[in-house]
Amino acid sequence: MAWHQEDELHAPDGFLNAGTAVATGVVSVGTVGAALRQLRQTMSEKVVPVAGITAAFVFAAQMFNFPVAAGTTGHLMGGALAAILLGPHLGALVVTVVVAVQAMFFADGGLTALGYNILNMAIVPAYAGYALFGIFKKLLPAGRGGILGATALASWASVVLSAAAFSIEWLFGATAPIPFTRVFGAMVGIHALIGIGEAVISSIAVGAVLASRPDLVHGAAGVDLRSGRGKVPTRVFVLGGLLVTVVFATVVSQFAADAPDGLERVAQTEGFADQGRDHAWSDFLFADYATRGIEDERMSLAIAGVAGTLITLLVAWGIFRAFRERSPRATG
Amino acid sequence: MGAGHAHALYVHEHSALHHAPPETKVAAVLLFALSVAVTPPRQVWAFAVYAVILAVALVVGRIPLRFFILRLTGALPFILLALMVPLVGSGERVDVGWVTVSRDGLWAAWGIIAKTTLGAGAAIVLVATTEVSRILEGLRTLKAPSVLVSIAGFMVRYLELIADEMSRMRQAMVARGHDARWLWQARPIASASGALFVRAYERGERVHSAMMARGYTGEMPVLERRRATRTQWLVALVAPTVAVVVAVMALVGS
Amino acid sequence: MIPVLEVRGLRFSYPDGREALRGVDLTVAEGERVALLGPNGAGKTTLALHLNGLLRGASGEVLVGGVSLTDDTVTEIRRRVGLVFQDPNDQLFMPTVADDVAFGPANLGVRGRDLDAVVEEALHRVGASDLASRPPHHLSGGEKRLAALATVLAMGPEILVLDEPGSGLDPAGRRTLIETLSVLDVTMVVITHDLPLALELCPRSVVMDGGRVVVDMPTPELLSRPDLLAEHRLELPYGFTLAHD
Repeated sequence: MAWHQEDELHAPDGFLNAGTAVATGVVSVGTVGAALRQLRQTMSEKVVPVAGITAAFVFAAQMFNFPVAAGTTGHLMGGALAAILLGPHLGALVVTVVVAVQAMFFADGGLTALGYNILNMAIVPAYAGYALFGIFKKLLPAGRGGILGATALASWASVVLSAAAFSIEWLFGATAPIPFTRVFGAMVGIHALIGIGEAVISSIAVGAVLASRPDLVHGAAGVDLRSGRGKVPTRVFVLGGLLVTVVFATVVSQFAADAPDGLERVAQTEGFADQGRDHAWSDFLFADYATRGIEDERMSLAIAGVAGTLITLLVAWGIFRAFRERSPRATG
Repeated sequence: MGAGHAHALYVHEHSALHHAPPETKVAAVLLFALSVAVTPPRQVWAFAVYAVILAVALVVGRIPLRFFILRLTGALPFILLALMVPLVGSGERVDVGWVTVSRDGLWAAWGIIAKTTLGAGAAIVLVATTEVSRILEGLRTLKAPSVLVSIAGFMVRYLELIADEMSRMRQAMVARGHDARWLWQARPIASASGALFVRAYERGERVHSAMMARGYTGEMPVLERRRATRTQWLVALVAPTVAVVVAVMALVGS
Repeated sequence: MIPVLEVRGLRFSYPDGREALRGVDLTVAEGERVALLGPNGAGKTTLALHLNGLLRGASGEVLVGGVSLTDDTVTEIRRRVGLVFQDPNDQLFMPTVADDVAFGPANLGVRGRDLDAVVEEALHRVGASDLASRPPHHLSGGEKRLAALATVLAMGPEILVLDEPGSGLDPAGRRTLIETLSVLDVTMVVITHDLPLALELCPRSVVMDGGRVVVDMPTPELLSRPDLLAEHRLELPYGFTLAHD
């Protein structure tokens, strides 16, 4: 039995409203365009063949089933992994092409949904993932172990951030009457678990690349790989990750649980529709479907604000770092 | 899962759709998807029109119904998700059989299912009647960024090769008794993925050398294509124009 | 007569320090067909990559038709030296075979009908005209080889350098390849482990070992010298001996 978790983020046509589709489309086009311009400067004629073939690798890697538990399998998202191996710009570009080809040639994800699909599956994980990778790398002991640890943490976080980004877009563009809190809680909670698989597979894969061609790991540039302790047994790794995730998911699902139960609250919600709404702008900006039914609107919007700001800051930091790294890759 | 090989999605036939210039088909599909996406779910009549357009396309393109439905199963996960919406949705409740569901939720679920199916359906029609290389040509003609189209082309070209390498590695592992069921047993698979990345990258460098050896300077050479005539454009845009008009009427009328 | 290819004292080391070419000297005259033999690691492929400037030697010279390989001449040299890679997948990267064959001449500025004609002719020369509109990843191994050959021929090279053209082919594919190559009137250097192929196609054989040319003699003569073959880890297929006239 294969549970295709990647499909949750390959949103179909019309899943979010037109305004959201356009806004995310603009952000995606702008970001990818800027990345492409930069890459043509640093990589010149190498861009097309290297990006194309590594995109094929990412696509193939995403198709790959890896075991999760007792016969269930999962899939790699690969955004952070691509950024750590190839650098953030190339990583974002490669996954963008994968998502676009999936929509156009494989009917996987809507063509009109490309704006938010690319933002969630390519841009956020690649840039925010890379930014987090840089941060964790500094916090962890230098050397091979530090790189693998940073890869694991950044990969896990990238999956969670993708889900959070999707939820925030839901706040603006919901087309079904599911409140933002519920979507956020469910998406982030589930992806916190999914992220464990991503963390394990990504870090082991990077380890394998480090072993044969360390110059191909963009994130390892300038790191002395001889230091760093030996392998952490995978079992310990997974169980440790599971523990962290359970704690995290519990906290988040509390957030979702506090959202009113739709079945009981319906009449009250309709009755109290006008109460406590001193934010006229929130009616205009946010999708009615997403805010309707939230008991404490201020609290949930605050969380959306924090999460959104965090994601934006990390993505921006990742982009900034990527532009600052003007020197071509070791192999370039 | 969307992992099917592109050529498995192509139907070898001769039809008006197959012979139509690719840029017209790509533009038509984009306009159709756009129309579908913006249509309010409550305007059910609009979706009926869209479905008719799609059905006509299936007939004109000689696409077997069974094939089409099989390809649509890729959209199943979202359809299942959509079915949950009425159960958990907020807002006024109605009785459906023995359950009470959200009225808005029902409409939303209908909207998701309809749009998902129609959008995916249009993409399937495109790929069933147009070879990958031609779709790429069409995108280029429509002024999609040339570098991105080239990258996509290389991606599709080398996808099977790399996917085959991956499954061969997997087979080799299974042949050596590796039967991983739990995440912590995934180390060999993940290591193999890393090795495959290295091979893919090195192939990228070799292809780059081959391109340089044949005079590549960074800009893909201009290979002139037959352009669609005005008549071909007019014919191709009939259906999408209907779709756009329907969408506008649906938006205005809602 | 200016030789088509001349290599003088070529030296090259890889970034990891491994010295791959230790002073290679080689001259190939117009119309010649030369087999380049030798054990793995002898530097054959490395040498091939120097012949069209994909690698540049630390010292020594490469001259094609009398023109020395420099930064300025590299584009022209790449037109003159047609390198056919070991893995045809590396050379077939466009959506269709026709696009691939057109890629080279298009980069040289050929357009429109002229381009179509060049593509048609190149495909015809290798007997692959029916492959024109096929995507390369749908071709068999033998078909890929012919297509790759066509992509290089379309550039109008003065000399072809083929790296292990017969590897991975079934007997029928190999036969087709040998027939195709034998009627091509182009100067050729064929890197191969397939000694019968070398005998059939190339009157002259050059053996490389340890980064140098160590043997240079007519192919039949070389193949009848088991001592020389053994010294450079070459071996005729089991049961084969050369028929002496």
